[in-house]
Amino acid sequence: MSYEDWFRQDRLPHIYCAGCGNGTIINCTLEAIDEMDWKKEETVFVSGIGCSSRAPGYIVTDSLHTTHGRALPFATGIKMAKPGFHVVVFTGDGDLAAIGGNHFIHACRRNIDITVICMNNQIYGMTGGQGSPTTPVGALSTTTPFGSAEPAFDLCELAIAAGANYVARWTSYHVKELTKAVKVGMETPGLSFIEARVQCPTNYGRKNKFKQVLDQVEYLRSHSMLRQKYLQHEERGEPVPDATIVIGEFIKRGRPVMGLPR
Amino acid sequence: MQGNIACAEGALAAGCNFFGGYPITPSTEVAEHMAIKLPKKNGTFIQMEDEIASMASIIGASWTGARAMTATSGPGFSLMMENIGYAVMTETPCVVVNIQRGGPSTGQPTMAAAGDMMQCRFGSHGDYSAIALCPSSVQEMYELTVKAFNLADRFRVPVFLMADEIIGHMRERIIIPDKVEHIPRRPLAPGVLPFHPEDDLVPGFPEFGKGFGVHVTGLTHDERGYPCATNPKLHEQLVMRLYNKIEHARKEIADYVVTNPDAETVFVTYGSPARSVEQVIHDAAGEKIGHLRLKMVWPFPEHAIAEFPNAARFIIPELNLGQVAREFDRHTRVPVIQVPKLGGDLHLPAELKKLAGVAA
Repeated sequence: MSYEDWFRQDRLPHIYCAGCGNGTIINCTLEAIDEMDWKKEETVFVSGIGCSSRAPGYIVTDSLHTTHGRALPFATGIKMAKPGFHVVVFTGDGDLAAIGGNHFIHACRRNIDITVICMNNQIYGMTGGQGSPTTPVGALSTTTPFGSAEPAFDLCELAIAAGANYVARWTSYHVKELTKAVKVGMETPGLSFIEARVQCPTNYGRKNKFKQVLDQVEYLRSHSMLRQKYLQHEERGEPVPDATIVIGEFIKRGRPVMGLPR
Repeated sequence: MQGNIACAEGALAAGCNFFGGYPITPSTEVAEHMAIKLPKKNGTFIQMEDEIASMASIIGASWTGARAMTATSGPGFSLMMENIGYAVMTETPCVVVNIQRGGPSTGQPTMAAAGDMMQCRFGSHGDYSAIALCPSSVQEMYELTVKAFNLADRFRVPVFLMADEIIGHMRERIIIPDKVEHIPRRPLAPGVLPFHPEDDLVPGFPEFGKGFGVHVTGLTHDERGYPCATNPKLHEQLVMRLYNKIEHARKEIADYVVTNPDAETVFVTYGSPARSVEQVIHDAAGEKIGHLRLKMVWPFPEHAIAEFPNAARFIIPELNLGQVAREFDRHTRVPVIQVPKLGGDLHLPAELKKLAGVAA
């Protein structure tokens, strides 16, 4: 089998804009699943609302495209009713961190055996580029026309504090690392949270002076710093630039897990 | 047995194996009883972080084939509205119990009301039809909960059990049958598109995990389940089918009790006010007082009005400002007398006797 076998061919072409990073994340996820040897009929994709949440519609398994922010409680119902199923949630920064924030922390607290992949483009893409809880301070969006004034969420730190067993962050540039992180997340019992920073050339890039798609991907590459290195800086009291994207595996632990087969 | 416990026992008898809920007075005993009983029956009880999540969890569980339910009251019911619409659009069978209390807002947590009768019919956005059952005894808490599961699976809709605090917290002797009726969910036939309806307008159910590879979305979708949100004709067809699968069965599924059909003065009730009217009829043995007691309020059984050909007046006591009386009124030319009541007390038989012209 190849990861291409997991695509619902009759649903293509997809709705994503040219240059969108979401397709990369879907490919990485399906590559990881292909290596996991999961059966299609035992795998369920769940999502909320937004660009990222359209992903399950392009995958051949049973899939539930739900309401805005609520993918995790729907997924919790599926996993608790059928612990034998492999449940994967696709979500975005607005879906997960704004309207779905409460469900996110409680899913992490329960440490339910689900893999959560957040495509964080730092903007509401589908509705045309409004500010989200991860829009950086100063960034322009249609609802922050003078630059965002609110501090952004660090979703990985949030997931760790709330109790997730596995937490990692990569970007659409780090394809191999991301694929591996998704696989490790799927192998780790409990809630696995993988944040994938992605470019949104249409609604973020155009407003924030990224003239080309690759400019934004290059930004993700050049501003990334491995967590180990970041921690060394922190230990030595050396400041790192505000725009630094800390990448890598944040935590892998064995807190008690909900939703395992009885 | 308490009404709320009878509801939980009815659910268990009906094969409910998933409960997702959030504590709220006056419905909490349903959740508490399920928390004790479900694990022993190899079912799942989960307390969610709010009622939005509760509703989401039972929809998720239902797609794996579970008979799933939640129980709540007014404020929680309001929070469930968006996902109730999702269950309607995706045709997900589930049961939502609402032990109604006084509103708006936090209102009267421990007092009875029937203020959510229109909310259960129209509360989520968009057009749809709904099924709502209204028990007026502890026995009916049991029986109508069983019925709610069967209707949910047959029509693939969320079914509402709209009780009130009085019925939920009342204790009565009940008869528990050895066996209850079980109408199973009709599975999707092989080779048929997942949202292709059969003659009764209900599609077969493509349960998750059976290899159907079905895509379920709250967006307007075609028979494959794929989003087609900008096709006006397809949207109209879908919404009309969702509406008509219940409306066409309106007469067949109607559930009401007729007492003294030749009476001129007729009470119409659902829920706890039925008990006061029963007392009036009992006390007025010499005079014929009619009673139409609705066990199912939605879809509204307008044909039941014809069961009282001699009716000169319909008297409708309700624990709200006339939510069902106005629906009733638009189906008859006979005068309708509303007897609204707020505050949580039940109508006294004496005040109803006065209206009916019966000696106190």
